[in-house]
Amino acid sequence: MPVSDFQAVLGLEVHAQLLTRSKIFCGCSTEFGGEPNTHVCPVCLGLPGVLPVLNAKVVEMAIRAGLALGCRLKERSVFARKNYFYPDLPKGYQTSQYELPICEGGTVEITVGGEEKRIRLVRIHMEEDAGKNLHDVSPDGSSGVDLNRAGVPLLEIVSEPDLRSVDEAVEYLKSLRAILMYLGVNDGNLQEGSFRCDANVSVMRKGAEKYGTRCEIKNMNSFRFLRQAIDYEVRRQVGVIEEGGQVVQETRLFDPDRGETRSMRSKEEAHDYRYFPEPDLPPVLVSAADVERVRKELPELPRARAARYGRDLGLSAYDAGLLVAERAVAEFFDAALAAYGSGPEAAKKVANWMNGEVARLANERGETPATWKLSPGKLAAILKLLDAQTIGGPGAKQVLEEVFATGAEPDEVVKAKGLAQVSDTGAIEAAVDQVLAASAAEVERFRAGNKKLMGFFVGQVMKAMKGKGNPAVVNELLKRKLGD
Amino acid sequence: MSAAAELTGLSLREAGAGVAARALSSRDLVEAALARIAATDGEVGAFLEVGAERARAAAALADQRAARGELRSELDGVPIAVKDLFATKGVPTTAGSRILEGWKPPYDATVVERLEAAGAVIVGKLNMDEFAMGSSNENSAYKPCRNPWDLSRTPGGSSGGSAASVAARQVHGTLGTDTGGSIRLPASFCGVVGLKPTYGRVSRYGVVAFASSLDQVGPLARTVEDAALLLGRIAGHDPRDMTSSPRPVDDYLARLEEGAAGLKIGVPREWFQGGVDAGVERSVRAALATYEKLGAKLVEISLPHTKYGIAAYYLIAPAEASSNLARYDGVRFGLRCEAKGLKEMYAETRERGFGAEPKRRIMLGTYALSAGYYDAYYLRAQKVRTLVRRDFDAAFERCDVVAGPVAPTVAFPLGEKTQDPLQMYLADVFTITCNLAALPGLSVPCGLEAASGLPVGLQLVGRSFDEATLLRAARALEREVGALPAPGLGEGA
Amino acid sequence: MALSLEEVRRIAGLARLRLSPEEERRFAEQLSAILDHVRQLEELDVSAVEPMTHALAAGEIPAPRPDERRPGLSPQEALAAAPAREGTCFKVPRIIE
Repeated sequence: MPVSDFQAVLGLEVHAQLLTRSKIFCGCSTEFGGEPNTHVCPVCLGLPGVLPVLNAKVVEMAIRAGLALGCRLKERSVFARKNYFYPDLPKGYQTSQYELPICEGGTVEITVGGEEKRIRLVRIHMEEDAGKNLHDVSPDGSSGVDLNRAGVPLLEIVSEPDLRSVDEAVEYLKSLRAILMYLGVNDGNLQEGSFRCDANVSVMRKGAEKYGTRCEIKNMNSFRFLRQAIDYEVRRQVGVIEEGGQVVQETRLFDPDRGETRSMRSKEEAHDYRYFPEPDLPPVLVSAADVERVRKELPELPRARAARYGRDLGLSAYDAGLLVAERAVAEFFDAALAAYGSGPEAAKKVANWMNGEVARLANERGETPATWKLSPGKLAAILKLLDAQTIGGPGAKQVLEEVFATGAEPDEVVKAKGLAQVSDTGAIEAAVDQVLAASAAEVERFRAGNKKLMGFFVGQVMKAMKGKGNPAVVNELLKRKLGD
Repeated sequence: MSAAAELTGLSLREAGAGVAARALSSRDLVEAALARIAATDGEVGAFLEVGAERARAAAALADQRAARGELRSELDGVPIAVKDLFATKGVPTTAGSRILEGWKPPYDATVVERLEAAGAVIVGKLNMDEFAMGSSNENSAYKPCRNPWDLSRTPGGSSGGSAASVAARQVHGTLGTDTGGSIRLPASFCGVVGLKPTYGRVSRYGVVAFASSLDQVGPLARTVEDAALLLGRIAGHDPRDMTSSPRPVDDYLARLEEGAAGLKIGVPREWFQGGVDAGVERSVRAALATYEKLGAKLVEISLPHTKYGIAAYYLIAPAEASSNLARYDGVRFGLRCEAKGLKEMYAETRERGFGAEPKRRIMLGTYALSAGYYDAYYLRAQKVRTLVRRDFDAAFERCDVVAGPVAPTVAFPLGEKTQDPLQMYLADVFTITCNLAALPGLSVPCGLEAASGLPVGLQLVGRSFDEATLLRAARALEREVGALPAPGLGEGA
Repeated sequence: MALSLEEVRRIAGLARLRLSPEEERRFAEQLSAILDHVRQLEELDVSAVEPMTHALAAGEIPAPRPDERRPGLSPQEALAAAPAREGTCFKVPRIIE
């Protein structure tokens, strides 16, 4: 198997749209969607005579990201023009950062197959997004240009080629995405394109010292497509080399329909971007005081939080990992736990419900904690009802569903739906006696050795009690009376 | 003199004062201006667009304000005009180019807003070299502009229309832009006052960009005081321009009349080493002698990097321009030439829409920035720029203003320098270092050249944000030399 | 320093200018002359000199703006000068990726 003689070497470039209210260089809205050219002004349209004015929040978010990722923050960074012609680029250049980016270095820690690895970053810089080209907007095949997105602020985050497998790549992206979402800097939406990734892929023979020629892969807008694209590209490059050829450095587009990458390079010249410092914008100056101010407001990040859950709450890495994946979920967990109890047992219970039923309901409805009608207090209340055996497991699930749908108080749902469990031994005993009396044949067969019939008896008792029997008590009484 | 001529002969200040005193009406001023334009602009060609109805409507409002005693400023009701490089909402703005023919901006330049807020009546848009690239206004894609002193000669450029219009007494003041001398040179050729402020003193928002780190907006007017009035209205930080300084604006009138006594005037030896027409040099030296007479002290200084200014400028400015002009692609506004494919559309549009000079500079700038050449050309030029600035910093340790010629010649004949671009570029040798150094500079008329009878301007360059001293020095000379006569243009009209 | 026609074509391509053969020839000549003049910058020792890429001194720099939305243009205003449009899009010849 030739592919295994080779080592994939991957670097990732992420473009993350920032969650500012206005664009990077003008006051237009950054809202996604909207009719074409409804969030535009002379500045982002690139009309003659206009000038960019930097949004302070963009710098603040860049600092936040840089701090969270352990980067070196530059006191002085400079915007630069990247010059090329394309209809979605109104000025004929993109204002970005080139020689002097705002952050350098940094790392993202990942865990793959139980092993920890640190992926180094090269740099982070600020830049503006381009507009959108729309295809076939009219019968004659013309294209359309929508500049709503032109000027939306981006952070470009470039990793070193430290990744060695698709699994590592996906973990890296997930970790980075989670961090950016925790910071409130990006919403992590791959489908809408607010979190985009390009991959630099090369291969080398195992044990070789020199990296192979790399290709840039674009247009992978889901983790699944990313996997497919990289897998394909690695195989393709290995194939080229094995046939004695050389990998050509180029940009390739992933084709999701075919699961392949296709060369993008047209026959004309490669881009000469003619970068030079942007004369319309002064250098970006970041003081130690600026950095401190941002540092103080940094939230607890996913890995640190998960470690704390393991250390202080005794949660397993798996459970903790699920909880910290989204900041709002972790914060919900913290609040629910605070309302419910303390210690590892309590934590485990809350975690189980969060990662189990709550997650299921949230996914079904496609909701995030921001829109949940379930509150941390209500979840704690449900768990307390369960502890008190006022309701059983199935009852608790029903209550949760109802509260999730309507936001009602748990104990009111219990009353309204009559879900209160009957634990009164007398009542249950009466039902057990009644069932056993009516099922003499089955009792015989059970005592003769067919122990599976316990399930039948339990079912019958529950039916007689309209499902409200406390299962533990039912089981105990049945066993006693059946002499088991 | 006819009544109308009396009106058009007024300075900006006098006209505004007349409106304020209710001695004359804005409407009369505007009608006089329109009549004067009609009588003279067929020959001069200063205007690309005249908005008569617009102007009349603005004048009517100014007169109403006068009646209510609610005038907005000392400029209220006075007819002015602006270079066609400034965005004027709903009014065609061409930058002297066919690629923007008929383009009506959906917004106003900040300086236009400020002048309109002051009540000034903008009568129309002035002729210019295409995209401000030129020194003679001969690169206008529409029509040449002629010097009111001698219609066979250029008014200078790129703000040719701005200077000619003031000289021809069409309006009382204008705005131009200066990137390598484009206010000072035409001011000198046309015998008017022209000032380029310190880079960052005036907002560039709404000024169609040529070279972003060099472009500045400035006033052209008949008197130093008028220039000071206009500057005071347009200067100051603009939140829409991050290259505009937050530094407070001086009161440019406060010390205007303080005279030149005690002023130290630096005379750069490199500016007097030949290459200047004898007549021009004589006029300039006479002005310097006048300063001495007035009690100023002449100090010999050196600006050793003067001769490298053209080279540095003609790398930096075209580089920035090549990028600034990339937006003219036929997609969203302006000219579009239909073609079968996108790339063809771009190429065809830009080929037809741009004149030779913008094309030349785009090519030069693209080259200077391209891979492999950036360090040797663009980067090196930016370093030389620092050296040019240091020359001035050192000079200003020993003097308050630097003085010398604006240009090597008086206004030259149309067509004389159009064959050789480099020759045209070399006309900027004295003005260009001031732009590179980001310092303020002005041209003030210092007399008529004996042989030709054409105006000569004295250039003064000042410290960063010290326009007040420049104006004061210029005023002192103006007081002594007296006003130039008006050029004999369409007299009796 | 003579600029070849090939160079001229390469630059014109980068700048999206479709020059006529006459223009190519003329520009090659004129640009070569200008570049010759510009070469005198090589006489200077700039090894220890910082480039002056921004014309405003450090103390004159304005602060960035707060993250506030401001009204922009309506689509009608934005498209008013559009040479071609489709709906509220700018229409251009087919873009081939």
